Amino acid sequence: MKKLLSIFAVLAFGFSANAGTLDDVKNRGFLKCGVTTGLIGFAAPDDAGNWAGFDVDVCRAVAAAIFGDSSKVEFTTTTGKSRFPTLASGEIDMLARNTTWTLSRDVNLGFEFVGVNYYDGQGFMIPSALGVDDATGLDGATVCIQTGTTTELNLADFFRANGIGYEALPIETNDEARENLFAGRCDVYTTDASGLSATRAQADDPDKWVVLPNIISKEPLGPLVRHGDHQWGDVVRWSLNTLIIAEELGINSSNVDDMKSSNVPEVLRVLGVEGGYGEMLELSNDFAYNIIKQVGNYSESFDRNIGPDTPLGIGRNLNALWTDGGILYAPPFR
Amino acid sequence: MENNSNFETRKPPVATTGILGWCRQHLFSNWVNSFITLLVIYFLYQLIPWFLDWSVFSADFWTNYKGELIVDRTFCSRVADPEGDHGACWAIIIVRFYQFMYGFYPSEQVWRVNLTYFLLVVALLPLLIEKIPGRKHLIKFTIAFPIVAFVLLYGGFGFQIIPTNKWGGLLVTLVLGVFGIAIAFPLGILLALGRRSQLPVISMFCTLFIEFIRGVPLITLLFFGMVMLPLFLPEGLNLDGLVRVLVAVTLFQAAYMAEVIRGGLQAIPRGQYEAAQSVGLSYWQMNRKIILPQAIRISIPSIVNTSIGLFKDTTLVIIIGLLDLLGIGRGALADATWMGLSNEVYVFVALVFFIFTFSMSRYSLYLEKKLKTGINMGAD
Repeated sequence: MKKLLSIFAVLAFGFSANAGTLDDVKNRGFLKCGVTTGLIGFAAPDDAGNWAGFDVDVCRAVAAAIFGDSSKVEFTTTTGKSRFPTLASGEIDMLARNTTWTLSRDVNLGFEFVGVNYYDGQGFMIPSALGVDDATGLDGATVCIQTGTTTELNLADFFRANGIGYEALPIETNDEARENLFAGRCDVYTTDASGLSATRAQADDPDKWVVLPNIISKEPLGPLVRHGDHQWGDVVRWSLNTLIIAEELGINSSNVDDMKSSNVPEVLRVLGVEGGYGEMLELSNDFAYNIIKQVGNYSESFDRNIGPDTPLGIGRNLNALWTDGGILYAPPFR
Repeated sequence: MENNSNFETRKPPVATTGILGWCRQHLFSNWVNSFITLLVIYFLYQLIPWFLDWSVFSADFWTNYKGELIVDRTFCSRVADPEGDHGACWAIIIVRFYQFMYGFYPSEQVWRVNLTYFLLVVALLPLLIEKIPGRKHLIKFTIAFPIVAFVLLYGGFGFQIIPTNKWGGLLVTLVLGVFGIAIAFPLGILLALGRRSQLPVISMFCTLFIEFIRGVPLITLLFFGMVMLPLFLPEGLNLDGLVRVLVAVTLFQAAYMAEVIRGGLQAIPRGQYEAAQSVGLSYWQMNRKIILPQAIRISIPSIVNTSIGLFKDTTLVIIIGLLDLLGIGRGALADATWMGLSNEVYVFVALVFFIFTFSMSRYSLYLEKKLKTGINMGAD
C-alpha cells in the first residue's frame, strides 16, 4: 500500500512537474516576467512606458529565445513582499528582480535559481571629506542602516569582527537614507553596492561622496523560476548563459550577422549554424542569435543600464568575465 | 416712533465692527491669542513666499534657465546649476503626465479612458445636483455605469481587450476608489441591517463578517486577495489581479461602512419604527422609506470620512505591486533619467490626492447643509 502511494505521489509530482511552463508560454504568445516596482538601472519604466533595465534585459532575452521577439513580454511589478507569492502562484513565469540567491529561498521556498546575472555585495558610502579609505577606519561612526534586513546583521558582524564601534541610525527606505546622509545626520550609509552607486548618482555633487572598496557580504542576484519544471528552468538558464557566452566569444548585437560566417566552432554552435542545440531546449536553433541580435550580450546590457557611462557608473569588478579578473563564467555551449 | 426721533442713533464703536472689529474679536482677543496670531503670521510669511518661489517663480516647467527643453534630469536647472537659486523641475511631471494619468494604457485606445472619466462625471451628476432635468433617466445610467465603465476600460463587445497590468496611475487609484466606495455602500447598508436583524443566523453572520474584516489591517486583506484568494477558486478560473485587490478593498470598506450606518440606525428613535409598522409597512418598505433616509442623513459626515480614508488607503496597493498614482511616481524616480526629483513627484501626487479628497469633503458639507443633518430629529 505504502509503495503504491509513493508511486502515486511520484506520478502526481511528475505530472505537475511536467505541467510545461514552456508550452503555456508558447500557447499564450508572450512571457510573464516579474520585475521590481522600480529600481534605478535594474528595472524602471521609461518616458514612453516601456520597461528597461538590467533585470528587464534578462526577461527580454528569454522572450527573444522563445519567440524570436524580445518585445513579447508582459511585466508584472512585484515588491520585496509580494515577489515570492506571485511566482509561486503561477501568475508569472519567472522572476528577475535583484533577488539574492540563498539556500532557504532555493530549497525551502520551492524555487530554482537558474544563475547569477549580477554579483552584488554590501558596501559603505561616506563623504569624501571624511578622509577614510577603508571601512576599518570607521570607528565610532554613525551608520544609516535599513532596519529588518540582512544588511543590519552583516554590519554588526563586520564591526564586531574588527573590534570597532558604531552608532546605528535606523531608517526605513532608500530615500530616507539618502536624505539623512546628504544632510549629515549620519556619516556612513551601508547597503548593497549597486544601491550605493544609485544613491551617489543622485547627489548634487557626486564627487563629494565615495564608495569604499570593502565588500562585507555576498549578494548573488539572479533570475528564478518555480521548482520542479526543469525544462523551463533550462530555457531561462541558457538564455542567461547566452548573454555571458556571447561576451566571452566577442559576439554583440552589431556583429552577430557577420559572426555567422566565423570559423570558430563554438560561435557557429551558439548562432545555430551548426548543431541542434536549440531543439534540445525545444526552441528554434537560432534562439541565441535572436537574443544577441535583439538584447545584446552581457556587456552591452551592463553598459547600457548600469555601466560606467550611465549615471550609476558601476564598474564591472566582480561582474567582469573570468578572463578579465571577475567571476562571471558560463558553462560551455556544446 | 415720535419719541425715538428725539434720539440720535449712534454707531457702534469702530473697534467692534468691520474688519478691525473682526480681527480684534477673533485674532487679538487676549494676549495668548495675539501671540499665537503673530507666530502663525510669521511662519506663513516665511513659508508661503518660499513655497511659491520654489514651486512657481524659480521653477522649471518645459525649459530650464538657459531656455533649453528639458528631456532628462541633467537639463533641470537645479541639477545643471546646483550653486544657483533654482526651484522645482516640473518637467518630470509634464513628460510623464500620460503615465501618471493612465499608466501603460495603449495611447491609441486611451480615448476609452477619457470617455469613462467623462461618463463618470455624467453618472455623478444626478447624485450631486438634485434639480437636474431628466434626473430619473440619468439615475438609470448611474446604476448601469459600472458595467459600461468595465466594458470601456477592459474591453469586450468589439473593443480590444486591455489587460489590467497595463492600467496604472490615476486610473487605478480611481477604479479602486470609486468602485470600492460605490459597491461597499449598498453592501454596508445590508450588513448594518443584517447585524441589527432579529434572525440570529443573519445577525451572527453579519457580526462575524464585520468584526473579522475590521480586526485585520487592509494590508492583510490585500495579501489575502493577492495570494490566498486564488487557492479558493476552482481550477482554471484565474481572477485578474486588480479584481482580487478590488474585492479586498470593497470588503474592507463595506465592513467600516456597515458600522457607520449602524451608528445612524441606532440614533433613530423607537417611535419611528413603531409608526412605520403601525401604518402597515413591510420590513423593506419601512427601512427604505422611513428608517434609512434618516439614518443615512445623520451618518453623512462619517460616510464621507471613511470614503476619504479608503481613497487614500488605495496607495497601499503598491505593496502588492500594483502601480497606482504613487507607484507610477516611484517608478519615474527609479528611472535613471529622472532620479532624485522626489520632491516634485511627491508634491504632485499629494496635490492630486488633495483635489479629490477636498472635493469629497466639500460635497459632504454641501449635503449636510442641504439636508440639515444637524437638527435634533424626533424632538421637534
